[in-house]
Amino acid sequence: MTGPPFVLAVALDGGGHHPAAEVADPFDAGYWARLAAMAERGGIDLVTVEDTFGPPRRRDPVTARPDAALVAARVAPLTRHVGLVPVITTTHTEPFHVASITATLDHISRGRAGWQPRVSVRPEEADLVGARPAPSGDEAFAEAADVVEVVRRLWDSWEDDAIVKDVATGRYVDRDKLHYVDFEGGSFSVKGPSIVPRPPQGQPVVAVLAHVPEADDLAAGGADLVFVTPAPGGEAARVAEIRAAEAREDRRGEPLRVVADLVVFLDGTASAAAARRDRLDERLGREWRTDAAVFTGTDRELAEWILAGREAGLDGWRLRPGEMAPDLTRIADGVAHALRAAGVRPPLAADGAAPGSLRARLGLPRPASRYAGSGR
Amino acid sequence: MSARAGDGRPRKQVILAAHFPGVNNTTVWADPAAGSQIDFSSFEHLARMAERGCFDFFFLAEGLRLREQGGHIYDLDVVGRPDTMTVLSAVAAVTTHLGLAGTLNATFHEPYELARQLATLDHLSGGRAAWNVVTSSDAFTGANFRRGGYLDHADRYARAEEVIRAAVRMWDSDGGEFEHPGAHVDIRGRFAVPRSPQRHPVILQAGDSDPGRELAAATADAIFSRHSRPEAARAFYADVKGRLPRYGRRPEELKIIPATTFALGDTPEEAAERARHIRRQQVSPQTAILLLEQVWNRDLSAYDPDGPLPEVEPDVTSPSIIQGRARMYADPIATAADWRGRAEARNLSIRELVIEVTGRQTFIGTPTQVADAVDDFVQSDAADGVILIPHLTPTGIDDFVDEVVPLLQERGAVRTRYETRTLREHLGLPPTNPASRDRAGSAHA
Repeated sequence: MTGPPFVLAVALDGGGHHPAAEVADPFDAGYWARLAAMAERGGIDLVTVEDTFGPPRRRDPVTARPDAALVAARVAPLTRHVGLVPVITTTHTEPFHVASITATLDHISRGRAGWQPRVSVRPEEADLVGARPAPSGDEAFAEAADVVEVVRRLWDSWEDDAIVKDVATGRYVDRDKLHYVDFEGGSFSVKGPSIVPRPPQGQPVVAVLAHVPEADDLAAGGADLVFVTPAPGGEAARVAEIRAAEAREDRRGEPLRVVADLVVFLDGTASAAAARRDRLDERLGREWRTDAAVFTGTDRELAEWILAGREAGLDGWRLRPGEMAPDLTRIADGVAHALRAAGVRPPLAADGAAPGSLRARLGLPRPASRYAGSGR
Repeated sequence: MSARAGDGRPRKQVILAAHFPGVNNTTVWADPAAGSQIDFSSFEHLARMAERGCFDFFFLAEGLRLREQGGHIYDLDVVGRPDTMTVLSAVAAVTTHLGLAGTLNATFHEPYELARQLATLDHLSGGRAAWNVVTSSDAFTGANFRRGGYLDHADRYARAEEVIRAAVRMWDSDGGEFEHPGAHVDIRGRFAVPRSPQRHPVILQAGDSDPGRELAAATADAIFSRHSRPEAARAFYADVKGRLPRYGRRPEELKIIPATTFALGDTPEEAAERARHIRRQQVSPQTAILLLEQVWNRDLSAYDPDGPLPEVEPDVTSPSIIQGRARMYADPIATAADWRGRAEARNLSIRELVIEVTGRQTFIGTPTQVADAVDDFVQSDAADGVILIPHLTPTGIDDFVDEVVPLLQERGAVRTRYETRTLREHLGLPPTNPASRDRAGSAHA
């Protein structure tokens, strides 16, 4: 029996997820190009690019970040296979722009775009817009569900064959294949159609990081993929929670791909890896803990650990390099290689091979537009 | 190479920009050579070509709602655009020196977001970002946005000025705290982007009304002007540059760059024939009727595009039948009378008339003639350069780059290689935007 492909993702942020990691300049395009090339060398399915609406949070490893969607766009022409999944927030942004940005990223990457929606509940973020006070978490998640819904409608608002270029009648588009989305939500409405023709994937991949029940529901109701942060040994229970959320939300079609987050410190020997982590903690002045489990060891040990945990029902892992350059190098060259050797991951694409879409990498079919055949 | 123009003044460098073909009938999609309007390869081709020609910048307009006419989505022209900043960031990856200018509407983007996007693009491109500020605001477009429509004409400029000043304040905060307590833009906090290579991405504006010109004089680095006919262009140039002393600015601190079109041929006759051919492609029989409807403001679908103009007068009492673009004709009755007179005098059909009145190319001729005309246009103070709007995607500037640019380079009007790094430097602008300098004069103070 073949289930969905086993996913290997990498979370990119600053100089790594440990706050004491040396930050290369995160505003230097060359830095991101090197990271993306490294991920692609390892056949990684997707990289996420971290972001918040306002300044980074106190717990974040950096004090400033470039706009994640523009980072993803900047590396898109330099890569061919790796999926590009920026965080784009939903609370103070315009849903219409979010749809245009993600559809455009899918066009420029030729079908490799994803989107990680995130809410913004800090008062200092509301002050950057000045339109309304910061919403509660409940309000922000309810609105995020509306944003995901309207963005998905906008992606579908052009049927695939809407552009006809019919010289005889002088028509560039068949306007019966362009659709108003007429979305009315609690805090906004959007008329449509999208300004951007339907993205190559039809529906780019939506990925939600879920720590709280509201996020589980957001993921189950509207996402394709969910990042979870179980404690070691808690993976199966966390998968069960996600499946329960799917039942609550009456999810139909493809089940959520459940991908667990893991911070990694990798080195040639387990003691070298531990020493590197200790040095970073020393620089920080305390032992660093985060929301996700932390793995410290060799590439091979990590691969074995991932393989041993497959019974838990996870669809894959998103690795957060503790220190970006050294840990990503070992993920790409060591861990990914070991998982391929074990037959869990597909072989690297041959040189010149036609790139597939991110949906295809995740075993997700390309959906028809929900409006197809509906006339007007 | 001569360093001076004929009258002894220093020769001005001709600013060159390439406009990605837009979504009106100047973009010919029915030509077999026309490529995709959305595939990244089209953006890449035009940008690489512009960079080969040592152009100053690449220009991308913005779409926020599909246009409608008579309550239907307008289907005769190219439809569909990408998100501006997202494409420019990707274009930054395939170019090294070319400036990257994008339109962002000051009404439908939040100042914090656009300031952060522009600063990010400026970082990721090594100092090549530019922002074309537009202020249109209507309930039709607003139906796609939280903020909705719309603003009075005067409020549009007041808001635009506050958006620009707020953006400049954020860029000046160097990643720290800022505050902009304004009537339209009342925001504060930490702008978590360190100073970008240009510090202030270049600001372009396109406003043509009196408040629009005043706003540009106060806050713009360059104007994307619509005046490409020499006389009108010189008048506009003199008017806007004349406003600068009020803001303590010198004439060369604000560049005037009109939108222009061109048609080339090996002989003058061949160029003229090519220009006619393009105009016929741009005005299909169906487009001729639709453009006429924009003046008449009524359904003219029963008229024959190859027949005479309608006897019926324009409808000036009903609401405009077009939505999503500016109304083009201030006095439809007078325009209709003028057009009828011209059509009768020369026995022109609807289509022939529309081809005639809706804009022939700015520059038509052999490469030498066009190079002369472009250079004269700039040296005679009709402009500081040109934004070329090609009629074909994506190869529309190829012939200009291959045949005209070398002639402009020979006469020293266009650089032969990039010697500067940032767009601000390419354009010869001061290191900062005027909105950052605390001047007594403010357009709306």
